Amino acid sequence: MIGFWESILLTVITAATPLLIAALGELIVEKSGVLNLGVEGMMAVGASTGFAVATLTDSSSIGVLAGIAAGMALSLIFALVTLGFAANQVAAGLALTILGLGLAGLLGAKFVGTSRIAIPPIHIPGLSDLPGIGKLVFGQSPFFYLSVVLAVGVAWFLRRTRAGLSLRSIGENHASAHALGLKVLRTRLLAILFGGACAGLAGAYLSLVYTPFWSPGMTAGRGWIALALVVFASWLPLRVFLGAYLFGAATILQMHAQAASMGLPSQALSAFPYIATIVALVLISMRRVGATPAPGSLSTAFVPPR
Amino acid sequence: MNIMVKVAGAAALALGLAGAASAQEKLKIGFIYVGPVGDHGWTYQHDQGRKAIEAAFPGKVETTFIESVPEADSERSIEQLARTGHKLIFTTSFGFMEPTLKVAAKYPNINFEHATGYKRAKNVATYSGKFHEGRYVQGVIAGKMTKTNTIGYVASFPIPEVVAGINAFMLGAQSVNPNVKVKIVWAATWFDPGKEADAAKALLDQGADIITQHTDSPAPLQQAEARGKFAFGQASDMIRFAPKGQLTAIIDDWAPYYVERARVQLEGKWQSQDVWDGFAKGKVKMAPYTNMPDDVKKLAQDTEEAIKSGKFNPFKCPVFDQSGKEVKCEGNGALSDGQILSLNYYVKGIDDKLPK
Repeated sequence: MIGFWESILLTVITAATPLLIAALGELIVEKSGVLNLGVEGMMAVGASTGFAVATLTDSSSIGVLAGIAAGMALSLIFALVTLGFAANQVAAGLALTILGLGLAGLLGAKFVGTSRIAIPPIHIPGLSDLPGIGKLVFGQSPFFYLSVVLAVGVAWFLRRTRAGLSLRSIGENHASAHALGLKVLRTRLLAILFGGACAGLAGAYLSLVYTPFWSPGMTAGRGWIALALVVFASWLPLRVFLGAYLFGAATILQMHAQAASMGLPSQALSAFPYIATIVALVLISMRRVGATPAPGSLSTAFVPPR
Repeated sequence: MNIMVKVAGAAALALGLAGAASAQEKLKIGFIYVGPVGDHGWTYQHDQGRKAIEAAFPGKVETTFIESVPEADSERSIEQLARTGHKLIFTTSFGFMEPTLKVAAKYPNINFEHATGYKRAKNVATYSGKFHEGRYVQGVIAGKMTKTNTIGYVASFPIPEVVAGINAFMLGAQSVNPNVKVKIVWAATWFDPGKEADAAKALLDQGADIITQHTDSPAPLQQAEARGKFAFGQASDMIRFAPKGQLTAIIDDWAPYYVERARVQLEGKWQSQDVWDGFAKGKVKMAPYTNMPDDVKKLAQDTEEAIKSGKFNPFKCPVFDQSGKEVKCEGNGALSDGQILSLNYYVKGIDDKLPK
């Protein structure tokens, strides 16, 4: 029988995971100097396509892959517009959110009203059954483990690999990076595709694990929260992880506070997760002198000089 | 002189034809939805009503809907329908009240129907369902079925309709189980499946074994089903999302009302009014009672019948507020319609503080 606090922690993990995955993808994109405001749209198509394909093939795994592919496909359009045509990134991103939301509704229209069994958490015989921490450490959804691997991987990639260094320098100053011979457009394209894949994966998580059905609007602004997390976390992967979990924990705890009739006004409790996350992340980012500013070339288009 | 007559005659003929042509024009009816049609709940049922209008008057009406309109931003959507020739506009959520009135003031020739509101105008009518009758029946079932004496309530916003629902539910539960308690989480949304699922999880973790909701997605039902507990569907039959968990659902049937209002609009007899029906007129129905023992089913059916026939009123007096004070009864041995529509307090037995 699972303890009360383990139960809350499990719920927090499910709430934070989609935010974390989408935010990590967006982190890479922004570190390469591109501002992708289309995360919400890519999440939506990921959710919609993932659910649709999973229902058609009766396989949630294939659905997840389809969700990732859908996110990548939409981000490819974004890449074409912002890299190929050097269009304004903010406008393109917003347009893609609107396109993504509409497209998701269109693709998912036939599947509204169907339900699936959620992708179950993993179960390692022996380890998962340990009392107390067994379920918490060894019995989580595969997406949680993936999100942790992603967080560690992104941090390691950015700090400790040559490719990560190239990506960061392209994001800081794409003119100098280009002069040094780094492939600006190609790196940004790969970064955008990665961001789209993560957003699509986060979306597929929503519709295949979190609440296993499809309904337009089910992303409910999570893409925007992920975007905000990246900014408030100062573009640092560990802080993104903290921010996502802080937001998830605050959301769940405020509901528990309401359910336990703690007497606090519910409107204040509803606002609490947003306020807490902003305050915490801003405080952390302020403590260091010269906290990491935005990547220097963020949201400026790069047109290779001839 | 001859030419003038001919021109005047041609103009008159053209005008006459134009007049005849516009008489052949279809009546455009617009709908503003607060959520997606795919919520399979509140908005879905309104859309069923819209489809009923199209089926009832083929070739004579043309319906348009705009879904997922945020309440704060609804004025321009309503205005858009007004400006594009729609003569009858349904705004289907409480939060559309002020924007509807604003647009109605600007377009006195267009008729508006506002759901669950309480402000009217010459061209704004209001309509709602006595959902609290269904809530009372749900409360009776929950009171009988709960083993932990704790019911979880996923609520949306503290407006009178929602508060009336909670109160009616508690009164129903208390009538069969005086020890029952309700835990309420305000999700601050009508539709956000993730948040609704989180709220349901929090309530289940806190010991609730039956979940009821005033939000529009099937997410709380799914959570209850996943843990082997029971729940009630909202606004439409959600059994396919919880085949073993759904006890029943309140179904809003707007179709007969919508068809009727379209008819009076077509006949030019539309007038502002306020309509508030429940079981008796078929606007509120209960989904088939499932997953419960036969004696509970019978009790639920009997309660439903009693309310439907008018023999029993869920808010029959005496009604006590949270502090135990008896509320002054302004109806016939029960709270009056006006009192129910402006409920802003909890009844005795609810331990929460109502958010103001």
